[in-house]
Amino acid sequence: MSELASESSTRRSARSAEVAPRAAAGGATFLGTPAFPIAAKAALADAQLRRNLAHATGTIRGKRAAVVAEVANWEELRLAGAALKDRTLRHLDTYLTQLETALTKAGATVHWARDAAEANRIVVDIARGHGTDEVVKVKSMATVEIGLNEALADAGITAWETDLAELIVQLGHDLPSHILVPAIHRNRSEVREIFLREMGRAGRPAPPDLTDNPADLAAAAREHLREKFLRAKVAVSGANFAVAETGTLAVVESEGNGRMCLTLPEVLISVVGIEKLVPTWADLDVFLQLLPRSSTGERMNPYTSMWSGVTPGDGPQEVHVVLLDNGRTDVLADEVGRQALRCIRCSACLNVCPVYERTGGHSYGSVYPGPIGAILTPMLRGVGHDEQVDSLPYASSLCGACFEVCPVRIDIPEVLVHLRSQVVDAHRGRPSLQGAAMKAASWMFGTSARTAAAEKLSGLGSRVLDRTVRRRAPGGRRALGSLPWPVSAWSDARDTPVPPPESFRAWWSRTDGGRR
Amino acid sequence: MNARDAILARVRTALRDVPRDETPADVEVPRPPAPVLPDRVELFAERVADYKATVVRCTPAELPERLAEALHGVARLLVPTDLPAELHPAGPELVEDTPLPVTALDAVDGVLTTARLGIAETGTIVLDHGPGQGRRAATLVPDLHVCVVRTDQVVTGVPDAVAALDPHRPQTWISGPSATSDIELDRVEGVHGPRTLRVLLVG
Ligand code: SF4
Repeated sequence: MSELASESSTRRSARSAEVAPRAAAGGATFLGTPAFPIAAKAALADAQLRRNLAHATGTIRGKRAAVVAEVANWEELRLAGAALKDRTLRHLDTYLTQLETALTKAGATVHWARDAAEANRIVVDIARGHGTDEVVKVKSMATVEIGLNEALADAGITAWETDLAELIVQLGHDLPSHILVPAIHRNRSEVREIFLREMGRAGRPAPPDLTDNPADLAAAAREHLREKFLRAKVAVSGANFAVAETGTLAVVESEGNGRMCLTLPEVLISVVGIEKLVPTWADLDVFLQLLPRSSTGERMNPYTSMWSGVTPGDGPQEVHVVLLDNGRTDVLADEVGRQALRCIRCSACLNVCPVYERTGGHSYGSVYPGPIGAILTPMLRGVGHDEQVDSLPYASSLCGACFEVCPVRIDIPEVLVHLRSQVVDAHRGRPSLQGAAMKAASWMFGTSARTAAAEKLSGLGSRVLDRTVRRRAPGGRRALGSLPWPVSAWSDARDTPVPPPESFRAWWSRTDGGRR
Repeated sequence: MNARDAILARVRTALRDVPRDETPADVEVPRPPAPVLPDRVELFAERVADYKATVVRCTPAELPERLAEALHGVARLLVPTDLPAELHPAGPELVEDTPLPVTALDAVDGVLTTARLGIAETGTIVLDHGPGQGRRAATLVPDLHVCVVRTDQVVTGVPDAVAALDPHRPQTWISGPSATSDIELDRVEGVHGPRTLRVLLVG
């Protein structure tokens, strides 16, 4: 995602032509990517990409379903997970100050960052203070969101991504396309080429006889990164959970690169979104059951590291935690959208989404792709001033599959519908942007094959409409609340009678997209 | 206003809809009942093995022999300074982590530790880096980890483990060897942590 900042500035400038799009200042979207319908159209034409994606999402879907079925009380766990996050969010001020106290007591230094620039400045200053020109990084969505690697590069500090997929993305001057497996769009021979071409320019080269066998590729990454782990002074991580009561942070991972970063360097800086809190240590048990099964489809991920502040004689002796807002309080203020802050970034919603499966993560142009990105990004950035952001609530068939799998029961379709009406409100009387949104909607619903596939995949039809029923018309007749834009421009002003149960596609064509 | 006060003020403004007299406890959390599972020790052994780790069950009397088998081919073995003497294997040269520099950890053939507990439902071993378990880097840098777990340390599920653990200690939860599925979702064992995990289940 970032420019692969190299040691010498000459080398960097020589390569600027191949630099990939950067995270937008302020975060959450990537600069230079087109609005969803345009990007999606290009992605749909890429057959190789679609095959890679279909294979990958299909495989994870299957694994997830099998391990979820093993757990007798899964639904109760989901309810508990959602309720715990709601408890945290409704009393976030209490829990944030509690976390600050616990962390400080455990020997950590707590920083607060209103936005991306402030967070980046804090990290850059700490790294500079230690006179280092490189940091090792554990995969962290929050640091991609704030464009930390770019900010470090601007300060002359190289950030090495150490998760294998992130390494592939970084060496390939590419953008991540999935929350869990950011290089899901790359196949093995592409990875081999990237390693052969780029590793030597960033440190230890790949062996010249490297094959495209995944085990050999992983071994090359191991050798390449080990020299970096063993010499790194400063590491940067995120956190999956932060326990307010005890100041415990948790990082969940598979490869051991997380453990390397969290324990070998002298200094550790963790950038933690303020929505990552859970109230008590005991609450972690719910999330440690929900996350791995929803995410990688395993009973438990290979490694989970937990720590609170500094442990004398073991691990980093200087520990910093940066508590990040960057738009999260705006999400919190939206009573319908607030539930998006429950998200534990498992990526299950991406893997079941018929739109994601066909277009891939890059089409969203957003740090958070897929269904969760389609609601989180517009709320973090605000609607009405960026065409690409405003197209995201339309990057969905509203089929509801994302809600069904979400381990913390985020009603993504409900929030999508809510955001569509916000987009419409923001653009009243501004036809050009309405045109873009219209294109997004017609892209999804205009092609019968696409929508039919979406509905078949999710097994849903008229339920889509039931979801939008939020009011009753005078006389008790069921009426539709906010309909998907552009219908909402009409339905916001008057109640729409509920049509008989029929597929959304049938309803769409019968009513000419709700105009009749 | 500083960043801290500004963020807390924004949070409070954002939560205008939350009644002022509501307490966290007023937001009800339904707690799922604990799972009922068959023989936890059997299940633990099965599920650890599911991750391509090896699990060997033995009695305390058989332990020295099983330990020697698990350490076959290891010339230099890292051990925590406080590893119980009865676990010191015959054969390999023992290298005590006094603590050693990281590069020295990279130069041994394997590491031997105990664990804090095991979780049957998920096949997880948990280290809280107390006596016999070494500091965190010790079980990370060497390529082989041999871990001795007593059957009476095995708990049924994740909630039992969380209830037993001290949140103020650093912890490492380990479920099988290091693994990645980042290339075409083909699982590969061993990226940065130990490529081989052998669990000896004693009791
Ligand atoms: S919205 Fe739900 S399903 Fe999607 S990533 Fe977040 S927690 Fe997972």
